[in-house]
Amino acid sequence: MNEPAKTWSVPDSLIGKRIPKMDAPDKASGRTRYIQDLEIPGALHGKILRSTRVHARILSIDTSAAKALAGVHAVITAADVPWQRPIGVGRDHLPLKADRVLSLRDEIAAVAADSEAIAEAALKLIRVVYEPLPVLATTIAASAPGAPRLHPDRPDNVAMTFDYAQGDLAQGEAESDVVVEDVFRLHYVTHCCMGVSGVIAEFDPSGNLLLYSNTQVPFLHKREFAELLGIDPGRIRIIQPPIGGGFGSKLDIYPFEPIAIFLAGITKRPVKLVFTREEEFIASPTRQPVLLKLRSGCRKDGTLTFRDVETVHDNGAYTSWGATTPFVMMQTISSLYRVPHCKYRTVAVYTNNPYAGSFRGYGNLQATFAVEAHMDKLAEAVGMDGLAFRLKNAQHPGEVTPQGMHFKSCGLKECLTTAAQRSDFLRKQAENRSRWNDPDPVKRGIGMASMLHVGGGAKIYPSDGCGTILKIDDFAHVTLITGASEIGQGSETVLAQLVCEELGLPMTAVTVVNNDTDITPWDVGVHASRTTFIAGNSAIGAARKAKRKILEAAAAKTGNRIDELGLAGGFITASSGEKLFELAKFLRSLHFSDKADLVMTSFYYEPPSRHQDKQFKGDVSAAYAWATQVCEIELDTETGIVRLLKVTGAHDVGRVLNRLGIEGQIEGGIVMGQGYALTEDLRVEAGVIRNPNFRDYKLVTAPEIPEMDISFIETMDGEGPQGAKGVGEAPAICIAAAVANAIHNATGTRITALPFAPENVYRALHGASEPPVWNAA
Amino acid sequence: MSANCDIAFTLNGVKRELSVPAGMSALAMLRERLGLTGTKYGCGEGECGACTILVDGMSVNSCLLFAADCDGRDVVTIEGVVQSEAGERLRSAFVASGAVQCGFCTPGLMVQASHLIEQHPGADEAAIRRGIEGNLCRCTGYRKIVDAIASAAKPDPGQTPFSEGQP
Repeated sequence: MNEPAKTWSVPDSLIGKRIPKMDAPDKASGRTRYIQDLEIPGALHGKILRSTRVHARILSIDTSAAKALAGVHAVITAADVPWQRPIGVGRDHLPLKADRVLSLRDEIAAVAADSEAIAEAALKLIRVVYEPLPVLATTIAASAPGAPRLHPDRPDNVAMTFDYAQGDLAQGEAESDVVVEDVFRLHYVTHCCMGVSGVIAEFDPSGNLLLYSNTQVPFLHKREFAELLGIDPGRIRIIQPPIGGGFGSKLDIYPFEPIAIFLAGITKRPVKLVFTREEEFIASPTRQPVLLKLRSGCRKDGTLTFRDVETVHDNGAYTSWGATTPFVMMQTISSLYRVPHCKYRTVAVYTNNPYAGSFRGYGNLQATFAVEAHMDKLAEAVGMDGLAFRLKNAQHPGEVTPQGMHFKSCGLKECLTTAAQRSDFLRKQAENRSRWNDPDPVKRGIGMASMLHVGGGAKIYPSDGCGTILKIDDFAHVTLITGASEIGQGSETVLAQLVCEELGLPMTAVTVVNNDTDITPWDVGVHASRTTFIAGNSAIGAARKAKRKILEAAAAKTGNRIDELGLAGGFITASSGEKLFELAKFLRSLHFSDKADLVMTSFYYEPPSRHQDKQFKGDVSAAYAWATQVCEIELDTETGIVRLLKVTGAHDVGRVLNRLGIEGQIEGGIVMGQGYALTEDLRVEAGVIRNPNFRDYKLVTAPEIPEMDISFIETMDGEGPQGAKGVGEAPAICIAAAVANAIHNATGTRITALPFAPENVYRALHGASEPPVWNAA
Repeated sequence: MSANCDIAFTLNGVKRELSVPAGMSALAMLRERLGLTGTKYGCGEGECGACTILVDGMSVNSCLLFAADCDGRDVVTIEGVVQSEAGERLRSAFVASGAVQCGFCTPGLMVQASHLIEQHPGADEAAIRRGIEGNLCRCTGYRKIVDAIASAAKPDPGQTPFSEGQP
């Protein structure tokens, strides 16, 4: 048999190169099969009947007409699954609601039918009789004495609280020359993944469950589904087809998934359940809306003295990850800058509104919005420029904060100075201020904000680990089997790249398998900007084992020491660069001997961090990511329209691995942050979402994007894979905060409520709105 | 059930004859009847562009077009676009420029971009941005999509670049 000649030419190193995403050719050809595109023979179509009331008692559900419709295989309500258990982070809601609905999205019944059209027709035949209950549309209403309990075990409607303190607040205040206080209001936005939610569930005759799912956390979900069904988790297999966007939305389980499983179990047929876009807006999670009161102080010389923060989170009807975002918010409050005395009290209150999940940045957009407004305000009060003030209080490498975070690598100061220099920040800031009283109604503004985020995994669970299986076949083709999930961010490419770097192979020599729990090793999911760091270190571990094994075998043949041998360009090489063996041929000879054993396994658990204690103290990540972003805007004072012209960003990413991928993460994050600041606003009125469509919920479009100037600060983190740190969430975090500071620079007006939609900005500039007020709900 | 319509049209260069329900969208016909799943459902209301196809050379949201109205037309989907040399050039540019992340919006953008380049060879940055404003992308921030289209749309020497301000 003729063997294809290996004509590899590999550059010295792949690190920092522009590596195209491995799945891009298929995706750009329309060949990629997302969950919406999968047709399982014999599958039924599932549809969910949702509540039309925000808060009501269910008096009766009549499904008889729906059941009688031709082509309907099952119509189920809570009565059909009496064994169902509460789901979600808070374990506080049943997939199918039994006697009461707490929000407009609530699931009451579900249909499995031969087609979507029949399923929809059947939904219309289900009759539900409600008895209305008082709607708790705000946290104030939900906290009022005598407010109805939304969950029987929560008499005060409090879903979750966090209390954190460091130092002595009274001392901090006493040492302050300047104290400022504001109330900030952060609004609802939602993920808007371009691929809507969906799932396909199927049982085999032995009762094993196969789930095609868009989840970001397949292994944790296996356990949850097993609990729900009362079966051994080993009998659940989750396959993740390519996912049409995640951004945190797929981190919890939602009722549609168990419902599809119930339907599949009852009909003994595969059931496919896919949302409409309207359903996606109404029944998928949001970013958590927050009311935040911040008091901050500093000395005359600009040294921060204290921060005192209270927040109220509208938890919505049920508890998902949104309720736990204070975990991240407090890191920014306590540790983005050096502040000795800190207090942070927060409460998440149940209401009849939509409930919040995890969303890229995880509370950090909200916290940074407030903290960075006060950095500007305090700087101004003591007569310093915002850059000097931030630099004075910036963290530096080696610091351990009072909360216990250890910044082994920290490029914040370089981020600040780089972003300021490249944007000509100080000159433009002064020039814009000098134009406040110009007759021209169109003003310019420039604003700065920085951020701190976990960049080396996160101890959300007791451990943060990921496994790798790596096999090399007799043609030197590598299969990298990783626990890390791919949601579009490019993890498969960067992991393959790290393996190729170790083995001296081109990207075409690697296949990545990453989407089947029966095959892939354990992992805690794609979240917390952790994948490159955790899964990357795991992949490197397996590749290094393989490399060692190959070089040992080669050394045995040549008589060299293994440190005199290397892998490059598809060859085993001597330290002189001389090609000793073609790798494929060498491996073939190993495979046909009894010594190949070229299946490597490795696990990486990020070592130095630990789970926080009860006081929320601890070093939660092996590394931390930093960034400064400067936003330049144009603001028309006659219309309130704010245009984002330019973003100058400097990101401490540890090290750039795939330049194309990291630019894509940062550009996409910036534009997502732009949407949060300027255009996106999920309008929730008395529990009803008023704009569940892309016409009225405005995502940023191509003509509106800013010029983007991105610098990378390479601090070479000691624990990071090739020195890299996480970056997925970072770029979205600062934008709203920096735009707020730019609006102040343009007009002298500080707006503390998002979004900066034209009407809101116009009202604020013309004294036609009140700043948010604090309520101690 | 609604009445069926018998239609005949050209799909990616091949003649097709089909009987479709009067209320069926072109999107549903392509995906569910013809197995062409490259055309995506993103919103069903013509707001996101994920279902963009070409009908007689015009770019159309296939979710808003009745299948029956394809009768007698020349329909091209992403599967057809990538068969052409220009489509292949565009696809390579999308890959090399990093214009693809989750990829769900990508086929629609590819179709729209191929239309844009054909209508306005050598379109400049502003024209490209305007040309894809009907296509939503949540991952990339559009920058690399614009770069990809620009690199695939390099003007022939001597040609005046098309600009938004020009007629």
